[in-house]
Amino acid sequence: MKKIIAPILALSMLASPLYAEKVKVGFMTTLSGPAGIIGKQMKDAFQLGLDHIGNAFGGMESSVIYGDDQRKPDVAKQLADKMVKKHQVHFVTGIIWSNLLVAVHGPVTRSNTFLISSNAGPSTVAGRRCSNNFFSVSWQNDQTPEAMGKYLQDNGIKNVYLMAPNYQAGKDMLAGVERYYQGSVSGKVFTKLGQKDFQAEISTLRASNPGAVFVFQPGGMGINFVKQYKQAGLMGSVPLYTAFTVDAVSLPALKDSAVGVLGTQTWSPDLDNPVNKRFVRDFRKKYGYIPSFYAAQSYDLVRFIDHSIRVAGGISDRDALRDAMRLGGYPSTRGNLKFNNNHFPIQNFYLREAVKDSDGSYTTKIIDTVFTDYGDNYAKDCGMKW
Amino acid sequence: MGLLLIEQAFNGLQFGVMLFLIAAGLTLVFGIMDLVNLSHGSLVMVGAYLATTLIEWTGSFILGILLALPSTFLVGVAVEIVVLRTLYERDHLDQVLATFGLILFFNELIRIVWGPASLYSGLPESISGHVEILPGVPYPAFRLLIILVGLLVALLIYFIVARTKLGMLIRAGASNREMAGALGVNIRMLFTLVFGLGASFAGLAGMMLGPLTSVEPGMGEPLLILAFVVIIIGGIGSIRGAFIAAVIVGLVDTLGRVFLPMLLRSLVAESTADTVGPALASMLIYILMAGILVFRPRGLFPARTG
Repeated sequence: MKKIIAPILALSMLASPLYAEKVKVGFMTTLSGPAGIIGKQMKDAFQLGLDHIGNAFGGMESSVIYGDDQRKPDVAKQLADKMVKKHQVHFVTGIIWSNLLVAVHGPVTRSNTFLISSNAGPSTVAGRRCSNNFFSVSWQNDQTPEAMGKYLQDNGIKNVYLMAPNYQAGKDMLAGVERYYQGSVSGKVFTKLGQKDFQAEISTLRASNPGAVFVFQPGGMGINFVKQYKQAGLMGSVPLYTAFTVDAVSLPALKDSAVGVLGTQTWSPDLDNPVNKRFVRDFRKKYGYIPSFYAAQSYDLVRFIDHSIRVAGGISDRDALRDAMRLGGYPSTRGNLKFNNNHFPIQNFYLREAVKDSDGSYTTKIIDTVFTDYGDNYAKDCGMKW
Repeated sequence: MGLLLIEQAFNGLQFGVMLFLIAAGLTLVFGIMDLVNLSHGSLVMVGAYLATTLIEWTGSFILGILLALPSTFLVGVAVEIVVLRTLYERDHLDQVLATFGLILFFNELIRIVWGPASLYSGLPESISGHVEILPGVPYPAFRLLIILVGLLVALLIYFIVARTKLGMLIRAGASNREMAGALGVNIRMLFTLVFGLGASFAGLAGMMLGPLTSVEPGMGEPLLILAFVVIIIGGIGSIRGAFIAAVIVGLVDTLGRVFLPMLLRSLVAESTADTVGPALASMLIYILMAGILVFRPRGLFPARTG
């Protein structure tokens, strides 16, 4: 008798996915290489989100397929293909970099799978190439430097020196600042991508005697720049404004060097709302470090998918699910967010200052709101109406 | 403008002596042992990590460095005995493959021991200030110290190679390995020692880089490429060539990076200059290398090897 039951049981287990609806999420991020530290934060936050929803998106049986894109567009594309075709996931998400997002955007959205960006927001997918299967729970790339430019302009800061690495995002960032900042520019320099020693640029910068400095130097470049800026004795005498340079990924390395540096961002650990307070508290308790904006966005992503499935009442009807996603209103670490017609959030942009906390840890505090309910400049090029 | 030029010359010199510290070991190993060692950059990284950790443990900058130097020497000796010894008789391709493997090994080892995040090493108060190199030109004291240490080490290496028995053996080994061996020189021991010395110089460069830039896995590789450019320009195996080439490369790279985009901006439209300038500046040292090789195919100071 036993001999007959076992195969039948096995067969019924194989057959079960056909009957029970199961949510499948493909989470692909950069876990190896120098940027692996960012991917780790995103994965940690994603898993904290799963804890908070009881490992069940929308209360349904769920599975997550993890992947390491190695920060390579070709690897990302292969992973996305595998997730969509082999695992037949409902959502592909977790991507950090713009060039990777652009690489998977077409194949994923065309396959009628939802692609959700938890960080990158290149202009191409926000404007003409917007898709009804793409959503962003982060921001459009231009917005953060635009907020910085607006702040500089509104506060009458003159003679700003601009610096960014010599690649597309670097040029976009400076263009974003200059879209709102109309004052004089005392100098503009494009550094080599991945440069480590900025002493020569800092000497030139000091010689031009600027009123303030704006830099975009993400990742390790930012750590090096800020350290050397301080060593050159400029910190304190020439104010330093940044975008994506000083955050919870670089602060543990920068420590005192970065205290007082200003930057714009959509989120900060001290943002005052119940979802964010719970996220930051539980994150620090579980992982023992302060989350970055990457982590916050990754957590939001889980709550976004979970909330939308609950509102739609399941995942079988893609159109109902999309309508639910468009409603927004999910429990986000950035309060109640609405979506623009191009599926990017409309949100606030804050000015944050790097500070040393009372418990001796280094974090950022919001000191001003630059934009309130700000949508991006590419939404008007997107033909989507709903 | 004149003051800026002087300050940038100091920056170039500082970069140059740093490159020299890395290139010195590389050129000795390549010139004397005929070994292409791609993992030389990993020793820079090992030095930086050891120093950062030891400084934190001992709470003293100088003590940390003094402990890290012999530790890096020992790591170098261990690498030579375990891996490189078997490679001397092989051709360059085998050496490249094996030492490339060492790069991967060291990067992963560092990641396992210290984690993937960058480390930060601060500076003691006494050397974190500024010195006025000229009236109105403050210069970071630590960078001046690097220049000083670099020049001292260059003198030390020159003294060792030109004036000591060890140096005599090194020169003998370089000009004719078999003959030196036949005359009773313990070539094996000599090679281990030379490699260990080269490792400590590379480690010293890493230790001095630590407070300037982030200490992270793979930090030595970009420098290794420049160090190869230096030893090719200087002539493989020549310490004097390595020093002069390192200073030239340091100056050309720094001054080019700063003044070339400025120069272009006064010649062509700003947007074109912004695109072409940085790209051209980063090519400058390779153009220099190609130019020098046209006239001096074996570098500026070719060492006479057998």
